[in-house]
Amino acid sequence: MIEFNDVVKSYVQGNKALNGVTMQIEDGEFVFLVGPSGSGKSTIIKLITGELKPTSGTVHVNGYSLERIRKREIPYLRRTVGVVFQDFRLIENMTVYENVAFAMRVVGAKEKEIKERVPYVLELVGLESKVNRHPGEMSGGEQQRLAIARALVNNPSTIIADEPTGNLDPERSFEIMALLQEINNLGTTVLVVTHAQNLVELFHKRTIAINDGKVVSDGLEEENGHEAE
Amino acid sequence: MKLNNIGYLLKEGFKGIFLHGFMSFASICVTVACLVIVGSFSILSYNLDIMVEDLNQTSEIMAYVDSELSDAEARSIGTKINLLDNVMQATFVSREEALEDFINDHDGDSAFDGVQPEYLRHRYVVVLEDNSQMQQTDEQLRQIPGIADTKAAFELAEGFTTIQSVLHMVSIAIIAVLLVVSLLIISNTVKLAMYDRRDEIAIMKMVGATNGFIRLPFVVEGFTLGMVGAALAFGIEWLGYDAMIQRIAQVDALQLFSFVPFQELLMPMVATFAAAGLFVGIVGSWTSIRKFMNV
Repeated sequence: MIEFNDVVKSYVQGNKALNGVTMQIEDGEFVFLVGPSGSGKSTIIKLITGELKPTSGTVHVNGYSLERIRKREIPYLRRTVGVVFQDFRLIENMTVYENVAFAMRVVGAKEKEIKERVPYVLELVGLESKVNRHPGEMSGGEQQRLAIARALVNNPSTIIADEPTGNLDPERSFEIMALLQEINNLGTTVLVVTHAQNLVELFHKRTIAINDGKVVSDGLEEENGHEAE
Repeated sequence: MKLNNIGYLLKEGFKGIFLHGFMSFASICVTVACLVIVGSFSILSYNLDIMVEDLNQTSEIMAYVDSELSDAEARSIGTKINLLDNVMQATFVSREEALEDFINDHDGDSAFDGVQPEYLRHRYVVVLEDNSQMQQTDEQLRQIPGIADTKAAFELAEGFTTIQSVLHMVSIAIIAVLLVVSLLIISNTVKLAMYDRRDEIAIMKMVGATNGFIRLPFVVEGFTLGMVGAALAFGIEWLGYDAMIQRIAQVDALQLFSFVPFQELLMPMVATFAAAGLFVGIVGSWTSIRKFMNV
């Protein structure tokens, strides 16, 4: 579960990226986080992954209290949150299999577990036939699938996708969103940060809109629309 | 860290060396260059120290025995001289031996044919343990009954002592500076290697790898590079030093210089190079990675 209570995040220069954000995302939910550039979306992701600490207020993520988390606990928090980025962030000199296995190895998984889990996850994202390819030999959509596989492989309870379709054409974007929904159907909480209004409307999920560091609406997209009217 | 990961981490450390071949090569070259410079200077200053020490040992005090004393009385003073703290050895030289040495020093010049030994005095050649205390020992010698006079090259002994202490200070300063410079260069080289892998480190952090897990392969890599660099530097130092000694031995004008054989320095050099390699490898990689851990 992700819970923000009256969270303020100020940077050194004094500007407030978040100004009293309160929201709650239950386990197993699929939520869109939308808002214009500079509205505070990235700050929310950084708070969830423990890259930042709140200036005031409380942040709870999968049982960890971020305002008082110890440095050595952060890796364990991150194992519960898989992150997918717009620019994929894959390791170019590793194959598809190695990119995913790498994420398991660095958290100390045994070789036996890796051999069982990696093919399963690659099949889930539809890359089972491309295990020996390198990221550079794949399309943008396939690279994003690989990034999702890597985020999923350690079986996190939450997946955060930061503009996952930002570099993709509409058709691939739809495929990626469909894949994220499939993952959500398997019980994983999914938080998608996006600018793609068409996808938000198409998938008809809970949407939290943020502007100037404040939550301006929270609900199903059509409800938000009515509120706006 | 789980025990079953150790093998993987070690393997990753070694793999990293070959994966980033050029940077590894650059790190080894820098380590070798720095250690050869530091090593050469250390050996040179060690040899200079020994040479100065040897020259210093040639400084001695000449203690002249009162001419009124009999031969037996003159010889008995030796016991008292040898009892002095700073005296390493006191050798009796009779007036006959002194005259013989004098004539020999002048190539047996016939002008000295008529000179009788009685014109000279019995004497002691006193070699000291510590030449910096020459003045005090000279005073103690003068107080021994039967010693009429002494002669000592205080300025020369003082000069050698000064040269030695200056040499010590300069050596320590230069070696310290060279070590710091080496560490900075190696640290920067490792930093470049880290920069090359910053994305990999960021991904490791993102998926929840602990800092220890991320660090270990880099430390293994740094350790290996440091040790390989140290081993190569040691070999170069050994070969270079032996070659230099052989060259010097062939030049007559340089016979004044005597160098310690490398075999005599083997163990201290192995220990120093291994420690330096270990230090620059581990400290270099440990400090360099710190910057990339704040992701």
